[in-house]
Order: sequence, then structure tokens, then C-alpha cells
Amino acid sequence: MIEFSNWDILRNLLIATQWTVLLSLAAFIGGTAVALGLTAMRLTRNPVMVRLVKLYIELFQGTPLLMQMFLCFFGLSMIGYEISAWGAAILSLTLFTSAFLVEIWRGCIDTLPKGQWEASRVLGLNFLQTLRHVILPQATKVAFAPTVGFSVQVVKGTALASVIGFVELTKAGTMLNNATFESFKVFAFVALIYFALCYPLSLCSKYLEKKYHVAR
Amino acid sequence: MLNFSDLLPYTDVFFGGLMTTIELTLLTTVLGVVLGTTCAAVRQYGHPASQRAVAAYVELIRNTPFIVQLFFIFFGLPSIGLMLSPWQASVIALTINLGAYSTEIIRAGLNNIPKGQWEAAKVLGMDFRQTLTRVVFTPAFEKIYPALTSQCIIVMLGSAVLSQISVQDLTYAANLVQSRNFRAFESYVVTALMYLGLAMLMRYVFAMIGKRVFAFREAQ
Repeated sequence: MIEFSNWDILRNLLIATQWTVLLSLAAFIGGTAVALGLTAMRLTRNPVMVRLVKLYIELFQGTPLLMQMFLCFFGLSMIGYEISAWGAAILSLTLFTSAFLVEIWRGCIDTLPKGQWEASRVLGLNFLQTLRHVILPQATKVAFAPTVGFSVQVVKGTALASVIGFVELTKAGTMLNNATFESFKVFAFVALIYFALCYPLSLCSKYLEKKYHVAR
Repeated sequence: MLNFSDLLPYTDVFFGGLMTTIELTLLTTVLGVVLGTTCAAVRQYGHPASQRAVAAYVELIRNTPFIVQLFFIFFGLPSIGLMLSPWQASVIALTINLGAYSTEIIRAGLNNIPKGQWEAAKVLGMDFRQTLTRVVFTPAFEKIYPALTSQCIIVMLGSAVLSQISVQDLTYAANLVQSRNFRAFESYVVTALMYLGLAMLMRYVFAMIGKRVFAFREAQ
């Protein structure tokens, strides 16, 4: 039987952590892009668009992320689209992330007083100009802290990719657990690595919240 | 292509899973909110050392994935001699998880109570416990009730992960069915919709309870 030292366990976990980081980044970037599109759809105030975005949010916030992953991975390949675990994980995390980001950003845009829109209108700015020069500069400041805060949820969400067999930190943990039988140690390491990834983000979010709260 | 009628023979499997999910959610929502309320009170008014302990607990849970917490409790604790059944491990993991999140939420509510309320209660001769239970808690909870509702729903959705330690919940049922009839897409779609329905139901029930509990406000 092969002996595993603490360093062997930690080293293998850290290698897998790279995939967790990569998956988080991909999901966060993808989610941001989709959320931007959805936010634009919502801002058009077209009733059909607004309802579609609402349905999207309801659908992806109201179902478990794990179920979304199963649907992307097993479901899509069942109806004829072959997809890798990596692809399914990115796809489902992107959908999940965007549904939450749209909702967060909606709150940020809605906190701006209605007078801002009206004043811009009076000044002769059109819709896009109002967005570009008045609304977005203010809304992005408010949105910064909760967006960074949500990135913690994205990192934690990547742990579910282990269930569909993508080897990231959690999957590496279960594999090492099966090889070493040192469950306590392995999962404590896994938890600590996640903590090391997420806690700085949490702190950053808290800091940003304070900073922009004072400025307003 | 799609064929949902293959799911019909498995209705009772889905129903059993649904019941397990509901049962676990009910139990852990109550336990989690009680734990969260206690921790929030300690975090806000307790001894500095216990305040720090609660803060550490909250940060540790909020910054690690639920599935890792679950694996740590279910696989990790037995290796130091604490054997747990899947059901026990699930209840503990869900409660601890909801407890940490609700601590932060409820604390925000407690923070929101104006100091004058405490001072007025003191003038009226109420002690700490009386002030907390009769003056502070209701408006504090009213303020954060929507956030607490959302968090409980998130924890319910998160419980899908419990299938990984072979708790026979709704997700477990979905996996079982699709491994029997090879109708993965149909099985997962139906299950996802059941979760969606459950989330909506929870929102409705919470709103109903909220209406009852906070009714005195509307009379004003």
C-alpha cells in the first residue's frame, strides 16, 4: 500500500484547486456576460422582455444548482448533445450565476431615485445617454460590493461539479479520501482551502460595502 | 425523443423523495432559525469571547461549500469516533449551515432596533430578557423576514446534495428513476419543477406565517 504524507495530500489538493479557480473564473465571467445581456433586456421596459427575464430568474433561483448540473450533463447528452463534465459545469454555473447577478444588479439600479431618470429626460438625454452618463456610473459603485460578495457563492457552487465527475477540489478530496482513509484530515484540508479562497473575497466585499456606503 | 409517460410507474418513488425533502426542510428550518437566533443574540450582546467564537463559526460556514461541510460531518467525524447515520449527518449539516447564515441575517435585524427602544424598556423596568423577547425580537424579525425566507429556501434547494450521502430525498429519487428507465432528461426536468414548486410553496407559507405574526403592525 502506498503511504500518503500530509504533504502528498495537500499537494494533490492544491493541484485540483487550480481547476476550482479556473472553473470559478469561467463561470463568473460567463455569468457576468449573460447577466449584462439580461439586465439590458430588463431595462428596455418591454413587458415581454421583462417577463422573460423574470421567468429566467425564477427558474434558476428556484431549482437546485445540482439539478441544473444534472440536466446539463446527463439530460443534454440524453437528448443528443454530447457535453463534457467541464462543459456542463461551466454551462450550469453560468446560468446560475447570471440569474443571481441580474437580481442583484436590479436592486442596485432600483436604489437610484426615479428623479435621476426624470432629470436626465428634462436635460434632453436619450435612454442610452442616461444609462451611460447618469445611471451606470452610480449603479456600478453600489453594485461592486454585492457582486464581489456573490463571487463567494460561485466558488462554493463549483464544489457541486464534483458530483458530475469533474475533478476539482471537492472531487480530489473524495478521491484522496478513498485512497488514504483519512477522512477527517482530507476534508478538513479541503474546507480550509475553500476558506482560503473565499474568505478574502468576503472581506473584500465587506470593505467595499463600507467604502461606498460612506461615499454615498 | 422525450417521453414523460415512462416516469408514471415511479410516482411513488418521487413522492417518497419529496416527502423526505419536505420533512428534512421543516425540521432543519426550525432548528436552524433557533440556532441562528441564539447565535445572533450572543454575537450582538454576549461576552466578547463568545462573540468572537460565534463570528468564527459564521465565517467558517459561510466561506466553505455545503457539500464539503456535509462530507466532513458524514465521512470525517467517524474517523475520530463519531458515527452518524446519513439522516443524522444531514440534519446536523443543514442546521449548522442555516444557523450560520441566519445568524448574520438576524443580527442585521437586531442592529436595526433604535437604542431608544432599549432605553424606554429599561425605564419601564424591563430586564434584558424581557426587553429582548417582548420589545426587540418582533420588529427585528419583521425587518429581516424576507431575507430569512430566501435563505431558508436556498437551504432547501441545497439539500439536493444530501443524495450524495444516500439520503433518499427528491434528488436521490430522480437518480434512482433515471438509472432504471434511462430517461435522465425527463426525470431531472420533473424533479427540477418539483423543487421549483416547493420553493414557491415555501415562499407562500412563510408569507402566511409572516402575516399572522406581524399582524399587529398592519392594524396600526
